Amino acid sequence: MMQEFLVGLSILVGLGLFFAVILAVASIKLKVFEDPRIDQVEDMLPHANCGACGQPGCRAFAELVIAGEASPGKCTVSSPDAIEKIAGFLGIDAGTEERLVARLRCAGGKAEAHHLAEYHGTLKTCRGEAVVNGGPKACTWGCLGLGDCMDICDFDAIHMNEDGLPVVIPDLCVACGDCVEICPKGLFELLPASQHLYVQCKSELEGDLALNRCSVACTACGKCVADAHPGVLEIQNGVARVLTDQRQMETREAIKRCPTNAIVWIESGQFKESTGSHRPLGQMEPFTFEEDLENRYWQ
Amino acid sequence: MSGSNLPTSDIGALLTFPHGVHPREYKELSCAGPIERMPFVDTYTLPLGQHIGAPSRPIVQVGQQVQRGELIAEPVGFVSVGLHSPVDGTVTAIELVDHLNGQLVQGIRIQTDRFSPQQFQQKPPADLDQMDHDQFIKGIQTAGIVGMGGAAFPAHVKFSLKPEQHVRVLMLNGCECEPFLTCDHRVMVEYAGELLDGTMILAKYLQPDRIVIAIEANKADAILVLREEIARQGYPIEVTPLEVKYPQGAEKMMISAILGEEVPTGKLPIDVGAMVSNVGTAVAISEYFRTGKPLMERVLTVSGTAVGRPSNVLVPIGTPMQEVVDFCGGLTHPEPRILLGGPMMGMVQKNLDVPVVKGTSGILALTDQEVVDPQTYSCIRCGRCVDACPIFLNPARLGLLARKGLWAEMEENHVMDCFECGSCSFICPSAIPLVQSFRVAKGLLREEKQRAKSAT
Repeated sequence: MMQEFLVGLSILVGLGLFFAVILAVASIKLKVFEDPRIDQVEDMLPHANCGACGQPGCRAFAELVIAGEASPGKCTVSSPDAIEKIAGFLGIDAGTEERLVARLRCAGGKAEAHHLAEYHGTLKTCRGEAVVNGGPKACTWGCLGLGDCMDICDFDAIHMNEDGLPVVIPDLCVACGDCVEICPKGLFELLPASQHLYVQCKSELEGDLALNRCSVACTACGKCVADAHPGVLEIQNGVARVLTDQRQMETREAIKRCPTNAIVWIESGQFKESTGSHRPLGQMEPFTFEEDLENRYWQ
Repeated sequence: MSGSNLPTSDIGALLTFPHGVHPREYKELSCAGPIERMPFVDTYTLPLGQHIGAPSRPIVQVGQQVQRGELIAEPVGFVSVGLHSPVDGTVTAIELVDHLNGQLVQGIRIQTDRFSPQQFQQKPPADLDQMDHDQFIKGIQTAGIVGMGGAAFPAHVKFSLKPEQHVRVLMLNGCECEPFLTCDHRVMVEYAGELLDGTMILAKYLQPDRIVIAIEANKADAILVLREEIARQGYPIEVTPLEVKYPQGAEKMMISAILGEEVPTGKLPIDVGAMVSNVGTAVAISEYFRTGKPLMERVLTVSGTAVGRPSNVLVPIGTPMQEVVDFCGGLTHPEPRILLGGPMMGMVQKNLDVPVVKGTSGILALTDQEVVDPQTYSCIRCGRCVDACPIFLNPARLGLLARKGLWAEMEENHVMDCFECGSCSFICPSAIPLVQSFRVAKGLLREEKQRAKSAT
């Protein structure tokens, strides 16, 4: 009885020792050196794993920073202090990464854009609305206003205003790009926060065809292109676009003659909480241009 | 309309598929009257992308005179078809025009020549004995013929067989299971000769072992007319009545009813040896090869309780919907719900200034009586959607996943197999937007695949 017990015990102990030796050899032979600074830098990063830096997560970004392939400033979520701390810890330059924010290429809220119908669907999301005839607006490019971007934003940087437009709070936006992907109309774009000139319209229609559908549409008249420094603006597919790489030359002159306020000078955020008036529902009617100009723009 | 006109031998043995739903038919509104011809209107708008695949390329200039049936846009690539002028007139613009899906697309506008007799110049019938398979396919493509059931998939793509493919059964789809729609019904009754002729032309090139025209049993007059015509001509075609159930007219459901076989996930009907075509497509094929008339007009149903005179109309492609509705007595309700296609799978339309296209099978104007804004409640796990789904998915589970935005898990639960028949949303007592959220999920999953593809 006692002997059987000893046999069992010695087999187990023998097996244990055998594998212990294998593991001990393997741990020396196959040892991978991992920089302890990766853990430390990762600790200093915000743990948001948002992907704004272009990496799958904070750890992957930390590895890149330590390898010297990215500067700490590329993390848009960290505060400047936190970035300085990482740079100081590693003894490298913090890097001057251009801060990006999400901008909406549409300013046609309930007050500006023609609505041909009302959406009564039980699925109250932009994505659901977009499959039903492209949404109720006469403009096929315009914002649908049900706030898919607000729902997906992890940083509470977006909320919908009373006109049905998403208000992005620039201080909270980390340019992670989630809103860019979810928007069924593809209206969001990530632009440098220091860029002031912006055309808030994606309508490819020109002239009155665009205006019939929305009072703040870009009509491709070209006045802004003429007034700005050469190369700052350009008409592409029936809509004016600011060329981001030329933005150091941007001036307020470009927005002064815009007949529809489609081009704006943004200091921080894009939209107010409300403009008060809402356009009535109905079929498209020719837009009364002179009247509107007096009321809105040449006060 | 009633099944009592059918021989009793048929009624006892109606074929069908498992699951499905029974919505109210409303076909009595428009099924009795003959097909009317829509008068020519002043302007026509022809979007270039009316079919699935690459949009056609315009071959006319602004200001150019065109004739009725003249090719005005040519196919680009294989999955694309030609587009023809529906009238004698002048091209006034090639610009962005409103399309049915709510988007603005490139299109051709034609001003009708008011003094023209609008007579189509018939061509001598094609010599089918001299024509090989490739010429036949090319002919269908140039004629601009697409599936007339509603999806507008180019017909020639479907009919081009690989050498190893063999058609066991050629099925002509005359089910028309959507409520309200009666255009296929009237086409079968009034164009029986052309339908059978087109079927035989198809059979000549596809060499099927068996030819079946499948019709739901509520269209007894169509079944009897076709049987009579077949007996007179001596064609080897069967007419099979099917049980009245939605979605009986879906391709895979029809195959399941007639062959008793399922088309596997991700496979096409031809992989089980079946070829399904709408009856309207066969009529278009016959008209093209016998008279040279391309697809430039189609029969559609204008119906619903908010339409003055529900009827079936032969409409030139490109006619503004407003004109068609006005021709049918106009709208009798101040705020009707406009639907294109049937009420189960059709799309809400916000703008009647859009033109009729090749895939438009119906214009419905419904009132609050038929459409209610339902209050959505929580899922009570009754399982009715599971019993309704014709492809055996679990819509209740998919609905819950969609609510949570778990798109990847939805894909694991086979949401991509859903063909959006809407039976689950129809039957749900809690009015949960099931099929609507599946559509969204499918769109998102497709976009994600696209992004992954372009990233690599």
